[in-house]
Amino acid sequence: MPADSPLIALPLVLPIFAVGVLLCLRKAGEATRHALNILTCTAMLVVSVFLYAQVSEHGVLVLRTGSWPAPFGITLVADLLSAVMVLVTAVIGLGVAVYAAGSGTGKFRGYFTPLFQALLMGVNGSFLTGDLFNLYVWFEVMLMSSFVLVALPGGRPQLEAAVKYLTLNFIASAFFLVGLGVLYGMLGTLNMADLAVKLAPLGESDLVLSSAVLFLVAFGIKAGVFPFYFWLPSSYHVTPTPVAAVFAGLLTKVGVYACIRVFTLVYAGHQEFLASLLLPIGVLTMITGVFGAASQFYIPRILSFHIISQIGYMIVGLGFFTRGALAATVFYIVHHILVKANLFLIGGIIGHRTGSQTLKKTGGLYKKAPWLALLFLIPAMSLGGIPPLSGFFAKFALVREGLALGQWTVIAACLAVGLLTLYSMVKIWNEAFWKDAPAGEKQPDRPMPLMMMAPAIALAACTVMFGIFPGFFMDVALRAADQLINPAGYIEAVLQTTTPAR
Amino acid sequence: MENLLPIAIGILFACGCYLCMRRNIVRVLLGIMLFSQAANLLIFAGAGLSTGTPPIIPGDATTLTGAYADPLPQALVLTAIVIGFAVLAFAIALVLRAWHKTGSDDLDTFHKSDT
Repeated sequence: MPADSPLIALPLVLPIFAVGVLLCLRKAGEATRHALNILTCTAMLVVSVFLYAQVSEHGVLVLRTGSWPAPFGITLVADLLSAVMVLVTAVIGLGVAVYAAGSGTGKFRGYFTPLFQALLMGVNGSFLTGDLFNLYVWFEVMLMSSFVLVALPGGRPQLEAAVKYLTLNFIASAFFLVGLGVLYGMLGTLNMADLAVKLAPLGESDLVLSSAVLFLVAFGIKAGVFPFYFWLPSSYHVTPTPVAAVFAGLLTKVGVYACIRVFTLVYAGHQEFLASLLLPIGVLTMITGVFGAASQFYIPRILSFHIISQIGYMIVGLGFFTRGALAATVFYIVHHILVKANLFLIGGIIGHRTGSQTLKKTGGLYKKAPWLALLFLIPAMSLGGIPPLSGFFAKFALVREGLALGQWTVIAACLAVGLLTLYSMVKIWNEAFWKDAPAGEKQPDRPMPLMMMAPAIALAACTVMFGIFPGFFMDVALRAADQLINPAGYIEAVLQTTTPAR
Repeated sequence: MENLLPIAIGILFACGCYLCMRRNIVRVLLGIMLFSQAANLLIFAGAGLSTGTPPIIPGDATTLTGAYADPLPQALVLTAIVIGFAVLAFAIALVLRAWHKTGSDDLDTFHKSDT
């Protein structure tokens, strides 16, 4: 019987302590709070590297909180997917914390850093919990801090966006609760491993399938899939750059993670039914997202629509339900988090430099800041799937799997959407970097502080690393997919019994 | 009771949905309120209802025997109510601020951010 691993609690304990200390430091200067914020994020990165190393070496780790054995108590579980997600969260957290210290967060009246840490705690909690109701609670922790982060700057666009964001996400939470209620009423347990064991013999009864669809709607709203994505492009672009970057990188991916976790573990026996829903949803998400982006001229809004189209790829990868496709999805999620957060940060730098993120007002940056142009090009080309960057390998793995399964329509959509993504990125490149600065527009040409550039450079370096060593990262993704496709190991670790492999 | 509750939950969901689709922001607020209360009731009712069967182990026994009420859904619902209450309190404050800023309670005028 494997011992409890207290390491799993650290990614949750560190931020909550930081929230408390940061709230006490209200009177201390902004610089002190940002320093502490960066320090906590660094500590979180170290912890998550250790956690990843442990999980990679010993397999699935569990922590029974309060020593209550599963399925009675809440169990925290770290399998390879969770560990990888926590690691990426820590990387993005550190990057955005440094950027926020560089760009300043005066609009938040000193509340940015505690809210930021609370958000990271919610995200980590969602990745690490092994209990469905606990997942709901972590979702709410994450959402509550994100509501405040959207609304706090307090301008009219922010308040309007916050109303839309809050309403739709609150309804999603209600759907989640209904799904939970149906499952609990049927099975009398909420531990995901226990649910998986008890749900397997039930077959395709109406209640099982309707609870699956309720979860699909709840997670789908949070992940921003078609037809539930409307809150996303109307709220992300009004937030200041550090908030937009962390939202774009992490929040929708928590929804995708929840889909992967619940549909590969709890509903492992219903994949045919789920695939019939996930594949069309994924394709439509891709297409609507990319067309939405094509008609926009404000950088954060273009990028917001691209989040949606990229979520489509992940949903399609999940919909294939094979080892290779799940590995491609894991690879895609990690690649996407790094690239998308970075693009938002670079968009912020462009705005800082030229005074606006509206493409009609920008221009001439290639002459003035050639390094910034190169920096933009790396994540932009990666998003479009140009070899040898991370996006190419992510798309390649997905398309190869689709070809093996003979899903021609899906593959055609994947490739066409990739092309249109490239069109959007080239549009930003042309308008912000290549064309001359528009006549009559006074660009402030502010210097670019190192604190703002460093995270963007580091994240771009990660993207290039993925391109140089795709084999190593794909190997990790494949091992994570092994655990997902055969959940017996997960169930065994949580329930501490030997269950026959299904 | 077990036959009445599903009907009540259904009516609550229907009212919530209807209100959520209104343009008046206060009605939307009431809508999501009803919606979340219906969800809470569903958890409560879904786990089965019983009367006079407390989940208390008698003094001379070591385990529960016979029929007893499941205490867990009540704990779940309590958690959900508290969270819903917090979000709703925030939502009311937010709507008030938004109303001050926009000078309107009509959601059709909430398009300043859609440029």
